[in-house]
Amino acid sequence: MFSVEYQNIFTQVQVRGPAELGTDDSGTLAQERSDWTGFWGLLGWLGNAQLGPINLGMAGVASIASGIIWLNIVGINMLAQVGWSIPEFIRQLFWLALEPPSPEYGLRIPPLNDGGWYIVASFFLLVSVMLWWLRSYQLAADQKMGKHVFWAFGSAIWLFLVLGLFRPVLMGSWSEAVPYGIFPHLDWTTAFSIRYGNLYYNPFHCLSIVFLYGSVLLFAMHGATILAVTRYGGDRELEQIIDRGTATERAALFWRWTMGFNATMEGIHRWAWWFAVLTPITGGIGILLTGTVVDNWFIWAQEHHFAPMYDGSYGYEAYGTYEAFIGKE
Amino acid sequence: MFPKWFDKWNRENPTDIYGPAIFAGAIAGAVLVAAGLVALGQPYPTDSMQTGPRGTGMHVPEFKSDLATPDPDIAEVYPDPPYVPAGDEPLARDLYQNVQVLGDLTEDNFNRLMNAMTLWVAPDEGCAYCHGDVDLEEYGKDDLYTKVVARRMIEMTQNINENWDGHVNANKQVGVTCFTCHRGQNVPSDIWFRIAPVETAAAAGWAAIQNRATLRSQYTSLPVDALEHFLVDYNRIGVHDLESRAEGNPSDPGVPTIQDTERTYALMNYVANSLGVNCTFCHNTRAFYDIEQVTPQWSTEQLGISMVQELNNDYLIPLESEYPQERLGPIHADAPKAACKTCHKGYQQPLQGLNVIADWPELATSGTPVYQTDE
Repeated sequence: MFSVEYQNIFTQVQVRGPAELGTDDSGTLAQERSDWTGFWGLLGWLGNAQLGPINLGMAGVASIASGIIWLNIVGINMLAQVGWSIPEFIRQLFWLALEPPSPEYGLRIPPLNDGGWYIVASFFLLVSVMLWWLRSYQLAADQKMGKHVFWAFGSAIWLFLVLGLFRPVLMGSWSEAVPYGIFPHLDWTTAFSIRYGNLYYNPFHCLSIVFLYGSVLLFAMHGATILAVTRYGGDRELEQIIDRGTATERAALFWRWTMGFNATMEGIHRWAWWFAVLTPITGGIGILLTGTVVDNWFIWAQEHHFAPMYDGSYGYEAYGTYEAFIGKE
Repeated sequence: MFPKWFDKWNRENPTDIYGPAIFAGAIAGAVLVAAGLVALGQPYPTDSMQTGPRGTGMHVPEFKSDLATPDPDIAEVYPDPPYVPAGDEPLARDLYQNVQVLGDLTEDNFNRLMNAMTLWVAPDEGCAYCHGDVDLEEYGKDDLYTKVVARRMIEMTQNINENWDGHVNANKQVGVTCFTCHRGQNVPSDIWFRIAPVETAAAAGWAAIQNRATLRSQYTSLPVDALEHFLVDYNRIGVHDLESRAEGNPSDPGVPTIQDTERTYALMNYVANSLGVNCTFCHNTRAFYDIEQVTPQWSTEQLGISMVQELNNDYLIPLESEYPQERLGPIHADAPKAACKTCHKGYQQPLQGLNVIADWPELATSGTPVYQTDE
């Protein structure tokens, strides 16, 4: 009853054999691939214990180099801001930031100590991200795969570009970009919503939340379904897609009984992909419209009749007094 | 220990008892905790004060244990009713030298107030804190900065009680005395000094006035100059456009930016912490700016902001040249300034709404005190 010894996560038994180096059906795929592999017990607790081989490629190397430059510009600016004190750097790390230029510079290049370094760092981050995107295309092309991962990453890059490039340009000021810092970027998020009259009334923000939470829900439903039919071979999803077996039948019937509808063994992955991809796409549209097209989302919502007004009676007399609250009445 | 047939049966019928035991134990433990919570109540019960229409989540929550504990400073306030003058007593201005602001008081009331001020502000040092360690005949001299400052503070207290009735007595008659801020200390707690910029070498502009864990930013990474920007300089607090679509470029100084919003947020954070409340004490958070959806406390707060601006600019900052170095700010050597928390000390109403002015008609007006004999 409780004697399961092999599980899909927190694995108690780790299978060790010769390292799996992957396919090389064209005889050229291994050329630029490192052949280093290792086994790491800690990884094995969570999944496959094998680490490597990794195919970084030219784009990957350049991307990592560029990303390290970005990280170092941010980190060294933070260190300079605390007078090169390592203890203070550690103590204030979550508060520190490399800030975008002050608003008065518009789209001009500001002094290095007032956003100039931010512009320089952002350039390297842009190069790094775009090269990593290119790499995701190259790796898929090498394997003669579809480019679904490339496009999915592209949807996240769309949101990234909206925040750091498209919207600041449309607003006419680099000061609109997001600071590089732990708490400061959260402050930016809050202030962005408040400045433009409550982002929750932005319909594209609503859509983005729907797709975000929807992605989580779909992920849980799909994961649970496949785990539940693993005993009938349901975890071999590719085989089940082309040759439907009892695992698929049972899983489909379960959901039809539950809600009258079921995704197909193949289609569920399209559901999940679109929900995930639409999260940053719709979110990016919402951000791009904010401050450029709409400046107060609450008033916009009132104009479009989906921010209900109360009937006018606040009913203060029913609220109770401060004296009653502190027990002095 | 056990009979042979039992050991044999066990050997031949191996059963995992640990799995079910852990499973059953976990379930039983959870049931026990749940039953305990239902039967005994949660160990840290809270209460909440409704501040807006039902369904909007507008309320101020507090732990019941905190609500049950009154502000300990209330116990320090003692009754000290005035001597109602008959009308023919000599006045302080005739009896003593250099009485500039309390000259209309009778001798009894003058000394009653002097004694109280000692207890409120300098209980350890006594009269000498302001008058110096000299004979009574020399008490008229203005040798010490403490006396010069104290005189101005009496005028400030009278001004608050007389002209800021709409803030101080918004709910009921409470007033303020020296004790409201001082609480028995020479220098009140929760005064503030300028600290901006936090960075001069490696950063300039907006980057230089934020992103540091400081007391002035309430330990957030928000801008640290909110108090001087709004409560000394009369800058605009609101950041919203009041139309759904508005012209304007962020590089135009008249257009509020995201950075301006963070500074306003820093001020609001300070106000909330000063009063021990949250955003929804004053605002309906779905539309912070909308004065049709704010609570009555919002109007009281508006008056409070104006009051603090006046106190800082007309009373506290002009005293800068009077103070010795150790009373000035550690970074900019600026005068100590007041804001919400200097009086409120974390409570919705200072001293939880205790009426402190009833016994002190001398502090309630800058004119001749009005003594009432209603009992």
